Amino acid sequence: MIAELGHLLAFLALAAACGQTVLGLTTGGETPRRLAVAGGMFATAAMVALIISFVRLDFSVALVAQNSHTLKPLIYRIAGAWGNHEGSMLMWCMIMAGYGSAAALWMSEGKLRDRALGVQGLLTAGSFAYLLFASSPFTRLIDAPFDGGGMNPLLQDPAVALHPPALYLGYVGMSFVFSLAAAGLINGQIDREWARRARPWALFAWSSLTIGIALGAIWAYYELGWGGWWFWDPVENASFMPWLVGAALVHSLIVTEKRGGMASWTVFLAVLTFVLALLGTFLVRSGVMTSVHAFATDPTRGLVLLVGLGIMGGAALALFAWRAPLLKAGPEFDPVSREGAMILNNLFLSVAAALVLVGTVTPMILQWMGEAGVISQEAASLSIGEPYFQLTLAPMVAILLLFMPLAQAAPWRKAELSPMLKWLMPAAIAAVLAAVVAMALGGWGVWLGFGVLVGVWVIFGVGMDVGRRLGAGGFGRVLRLPLTVWGMAIAHIGMGIFVIGATVETATRTEQTFPLRPGEIAEMSGWTFEFQGVSEVEGPNYTALRADILVRHDGINEVIHPETRTFPVARTSTTEVAIKKTLGGDVYVALGDQLRDQPGAWRIRIAKHPLIDWVFGGAGLIAVGGFISLVARLRRRAPAASQEQATSTPTAEADVPAAGAPA
Amino acid sequence: MRKRSQRLWLIGSAGVLVAGAVALAVVGLQGAVAFFQSPSDIAEKGATSFHQSVRVGGLIEVGSQKHEEGGKLLTFSITDGKHTVPVVFEGIPPDMVKEGKGVVAEGKFDPSGTLVASRVLAKHDENYMPKEAYDALKRASDSEGESSYGKEPTT
Repeated sequence: MIAELGHLLAFLALAAACGQTVLGLTTGGETPRRLAVAGGMFATAAMVALIISFVRLDFSVALVAQNSHTLKPLIYRIAGAWGNHEGSMLMWCMIMAGYGSAAALWMSEGKLRDRALGVQGLLTAGSFAYLLFASSPFTRLIDAPFDGGGMNPLLQDPAVALHPPALYLGYVGMSFVFSLAAAGLINGQIDREWARRARPWALFAWSSLTIGIALGAIWAYYELGWGGWWFWDPVENASFMPWLVGAALVHSLIVTEKRGGMASWTVFLAVLTFVLALLGTFLVRSGVMTSVHAFATDPTRGLVLLVGLGIMGGAALALFAWRAPLLKAGPEFDPVSREGAMILNNLFLSVAAALVLVGTVTPMILQWMGEAGVISQEAASLSIGEPYFQLTLAPMVAILLLFMPLAQAAPWRKAELSPMLKWLMPAAIAAVLAAVVAMALGGWGVWLGFGVLVGVWVIFGVGMDVGRRLGAGGFGRVLRLPLTVWGMAIAHIGMGIFVIGATVETATRTEQTFPLRPGEIAEMSGWTFEFQGVSEVEGPNYTALRADILVRHDGINEVIHPETRTFPVARTSTTEVAIKKTLGGDVYVALGDQLRDQPGAWRIRIAKHPLIDWVFGGAGLIAVGGFISLVARLRRRAPAASQEQATSTPTAEADVPAAGAPA
Repeated sequence: MRKRSQRLWLIGSAGVLVAGAVALAVVGLQGAVAFFQSPSDIAEKGATSFHQSVRVGGLIEVGSQKHEEGGKLLTFSITDGKHTVPVVFEGIPPDMVKEGKGVVAEGKFDPSGTLVASRVLAKHDENYMPKEAYDALKRASDSEGESSYGKEPTT
């Protein structure tokens, strides 16, 4: 019954979305708003129904039978509801309807809300139609099996249970930003007020996307067993492209909100971010590439997604082309100014996204051309690897970071470069010193030195900017600094930390494979590892071979247990690495296979990943900064604006619109 | 600053940036492209004719996996049913790299014709094989006029 109820609720959500579309785009007012709230509730209830089916192991539901198993622990039975194509599409629909509900509840009344709800309703209805008619999660089986097929054991992991919800909050969140952009274009009103209302949504979606991507990287790091956290795999690039353009969007929205400038560019970015999010979903879900994510290799599903993507993207761009000429240009400014810096930021981020796009889709396009017979099969089958992405993106990121502290310090309209540079001299000196030290310790790599240089420059520069805003009042004023400044500073410092972590980790990670017999000791840069043997251990739905390895290094004396797990139901094995955290990074130990010619001897892989936590911590801070800016936006709606103006320093004052600026 | 010069400045800097990015992409692509080859392709052209990275796909030949240099290296052969390619890999490959299973190895050939793999990929599931591995088998068996290996990978 529960599954049928879920199915019915999904249809109700589809109906509500249709009503929301028609009424939102025509009459507006209370009815579409209520429909949006109801649609969100129906969709959530449908998702809950699916989760209940998973928890109760109702194997008469096809999806449960394919993806769950009696031996699976409860938390992964729940997560199993979205660890497959149909279930994750339902989650997509739920979040999309949920954004509609949130907007209905929290946005103030007006034409923008009505039209945005209408467009969002259209997207939601399309998603539900795809779900119900092409990939229903509620299909029943006539003969229920005795037990289920189990989930891919690689996905049986806490980080990856939360990875899809966070990623979808980001991807789908961009759908509401898109709806706001479309609504603004329909109304012919993309102005400072529009940007003020759109920005919190963009910040929320983008910060969620950051968390979703970071969770995926963390999972890859410890679950795939080779210690990499980013492979430039098309699946990863698919989420990275909307992230880059989304980053450009949250910056250009500031210019539109504060100065009324870059309005058409901002709208274009809003459309582009959502199109890239859809493209990412298509790439991941259509099965055009091999990965853990490719649940649906059914070509018709891929085709439906591609057609949907084409219609939505095409319609949005057409709307943009039609209405954008109506938008007013912003006030004039000098190239050396906050506006100028924001334009640079946007150019670099967009070009970076384009470079990732080229590297990601070129092999797919060539392959398709090969299959269609346009070029020979041989020329068509190729892959583009890490060196391309490193070489093209590193300079983009480096230059972006070089400008970051200057952008933060520059006032709107016109800035003087030389006093800023003079004033930031201590940060520059610190950056050069840190780079020299890092290169001396880490082997004189150019990338290493450059990464540390720009990272330290950003951290110090941003810190100095915050210090200057605090002014003579010192720490007593810490609490009185506007939250927007904190959000920006934390996100930017997070970026600096991330870049330092990423370059140091990539340039100085070391790994070695040791064949060890019980009692033998491996040594690696001051650490010793005594292999004490392997024993068999039973897990809930797997059997594991567990090694005991005694780790010694000044003061540390601890036995760690890397495992390989074999899952009989899925007929798969996975590696559970043992990680010993230290201040300077991780010591990462994986159990390999037994030597063929010497039974009892095992291959153990030991790796050191310096500053790996800086990578994930930096990404986390970027998201935290985004959320703080969001909270700041929401609080500023209250009439606290006047108070803020009174306590702000000269640059913070530049946030407040200058007199005579066109509204 | 007037509107016109503002626009000139903007277009100019965007132009410089895009030109730089195109140059970077061209240089970057030269070192990073790895063409896919099947064992039969390699037998036909000779392994030493490949100077760039290549990806070789197929099945790991049963009985070919060995450890060398006291266990530091893993060696195995990739077969498409007609020809085989010897591969050496330093380190521990992903869990699903097993004899008789589909695999893709990426690397460069040494002068003796052994592929020194920098990456070894397998699909994370017992039933399926990487697409490139499947294609290699299919190409080899198509040329024989019979289909002897596997079914279409489905996920």
